[in-house]
Amino acid sequence: MEVLGYILEQCINGLQLGAVYALIALGYTMVYGVLRLINFAHGDIFMLGAFTGYYLITKFTIPIYFVFIITMALTGCAGYIIEKVAYKPLRGAPKISLLITAVGVSLFLEYFLSLKMIFTPNYIGFPRPFEVVSYNFSILSVTNVQILIFTITGVSLGLLYVLVYRTKQGRAMRAVSYDQEAASLMGIDIDRTISMTFIVGAALAGLGGILYGIAYPQINVFMGVMPGIKSFVAAVLGGIGIIHGAVLGGLIIGMSEVFVSAFLSSTFRDGVIFIVLFLVLLLKPSGIFGKRTEKV
Amino acid sequence: MKKALIVALLLISALFSAPPVSFAKETVKVGVITPLMGDVKTYGESTKNCFLMALEQYSKNGRYTIVPVIADDRNDPTEGTNAALKLITQDKVVAIIGPLTSKVAIPVSETANKYKIPMITGTATNLKVTISDGKRKPFVFRTCYTDNFQGSIAANFALKDLKARSAAVLYDVSNDYSKGLAEFFRSTFIKGGGTVTAYESYQKDDVDFSALITKLAMKKPEVIYLPDYYNKVGLISKQIREKGLKGTLLGGDGWDSPELAKIAGNSIIGSYYTNHYSADRKDSVTQAFIKKYKEKHGMVPDALGALAYDATGILFKTLDAAKSPNPEEIVKGLAGLKNYKGVTGNISFDKSGDVVKSVVILKVGNEKSQYVTTIEP
Repeated sequence: MEVLGYILEQCINGLQLGAVYALIALGYTMVYGVLRLINFAHGDIFMLGAFTGYYLITKFTIPIYFVFIITMALTGCAGYIIEKVAYKPLRGAPKISLLITAVGVSLFLEYFLSLKMIFTPNYIGFPRPFEVVSYNFSILSVTNVQILIFTITGVSLGLLYVLVYRTKQGRAMRAVSYDQEAASLMGIDIDRTISMTFIVGAALAGLGGILYGIAYPQINVFMGVMPGIKSFVAAVLGGIGIIHGAVLGGLIIGMSEVFVSAFLSSTFRDGVIFIVLFLVLLLKPSGIFGKRTEKV
Repeated sequence: MKKALIVALLLISALFSAPPVSFAKETVKVGVITPLMGDVKTYGESTKNCFLMALEQYSKNGRYTIVPVIADDRNDPTEGTNAALKLITQDKVVAIIGPLTSKVAIPVSETANKYKIPMITGTATNLKVTISDGKRKPFVFRTCYTDNFQGSIAANFALKDLKARSAAVLYDVSNDYSKGLAEFFRSTFIKGGGTVTAYESYQKDDVDFSALITKLAMKKPEVIYLPDYYNKVGLISKQIREKGLKGTLLGGDGWDSPELAKIAGNSIIGSYYTNHYSADRKDSVTQAFIKKYKEKHGMVPDALGALAYDATGILFKTLDAAKSPNPEEIVKGLAGLKNYKGVTGNISFDKSGDVVKSVVILKVGNEKSQYVTTIEP
């Protein structure tokens, strides 16, 4: 019984981490779907979200749901600006130039924001907007932070699903990811659709940033690097370009991290994640849900 | 053009040929390497403050005019080594105070020793700072005790004072300081008849400790040893209490920061840690130092600043006593130092460049840390 409780509790730990990874992985996957670009700056948008949340919570007294909404709006804007400034001028250039630009944007965000007059390179404690309460059931305990993360991730996934599969805008996204040229011939505004994708992806990453800050209350400008890379692995694992693939990938990565720490040693943790990446790339490069043609 | 050149040359020669003014003292450069940004910046700041305080004191009637060159290592070994190379080869300092943490001090001590520049760290407690591969680095000294001593004292305190029979250890595998303390705590605790039920490591950038803590919760340890710096400790202690673990938390000198309480909140209150000195120490030298620091910076200095103050004081004293201000003479003086009355206690270097000092145990309270006991070596 105790062992079962232990495993269940570790599952919840894994889901908590995995849910955040899933939120970030969605952005990777959507952008890849429409642009065939791995947006390495995505992990830094996640960091931006955490910092925005931090400033909103400490400087203003506003209800927590406003913090979420404003942060998502602001990181969405950041995603829009990054796309317009850094990626759009390279629309016709080879894909590799775009990739290098993405790395450049990522480094720019990290080191520019780590300047002393902006966010500083220091570690900052993230204020919890509410007290942590632990609910004990017979064999396991769940905290309200975990419940919050599961709910918010679930709700935003549902909304994203509706957006992509039930709206005209979503249909445009899917069309662009299927065949950009044909879509433009059908009268779809490609630029607008790409911007939209960036905004939605960045807003989700920003949301992930606040949730991460609430769950692990310490932030700094380089906090996006590792989660960013791991979410990228998650997106590849699920099949890059596929929404439900990114979610499943995120959960698998979160779970495996926790279970490696729980049953082996945390020293092996990151190694195992990257071995997973190698295996996926070797055995099924298109990922779990991948077919030959990718869709958003 | 030619005229301008001649004028310039005349001016320069006039500068050099000017007779030495009687009150001008010889100028000596001293380097300081300390983290002013990043994860342990409060230590870097207090170290810098204390260095400058010691310098001010010295300037009143010291033999030389000391020009400090302060470098920021961001608590990064590579940055630290670069800073050391710059201080030694470009700024031509005669000695280095710092670095603060072991992981930076170990590579920097190699550099200092190679270039034969004396280095005194106030605070790096890992054994490898003064010794590598069983060989003493003759140019390196420190004014704090070492990890084996601090780790063993913590283990003995857990066994005897807290009457704990089981302990868990969580440490940062990428940090020499944390690793050193964890090892010595474990070996002493086991030798003393206790059992270490969990000995788990994490990595530098980790923020999610839920898997490790859930694992610890199964073992129900009476004491949880967290040998790391305040930033990580705050994060871990919070998660430990949220998971409902009740064991007493125990730590080392890396806990001594006002930031700890800010990050950890209630989760850290009632925990114990080993430290170099207590601000409550009844000693005239210590109290004078604390009073002065409070006047200047509005708070009680942490132990790391106090140690840097002693390291700087020792360096200046040796510098004045040396025949000439060159590195070899300074090292000779340092090696022979006996009974220096520092703010953290009496300091004499042993043959490995370390000092033997007492450990103070403090308890984290609501407002500030309370003094519990002093353990003599």
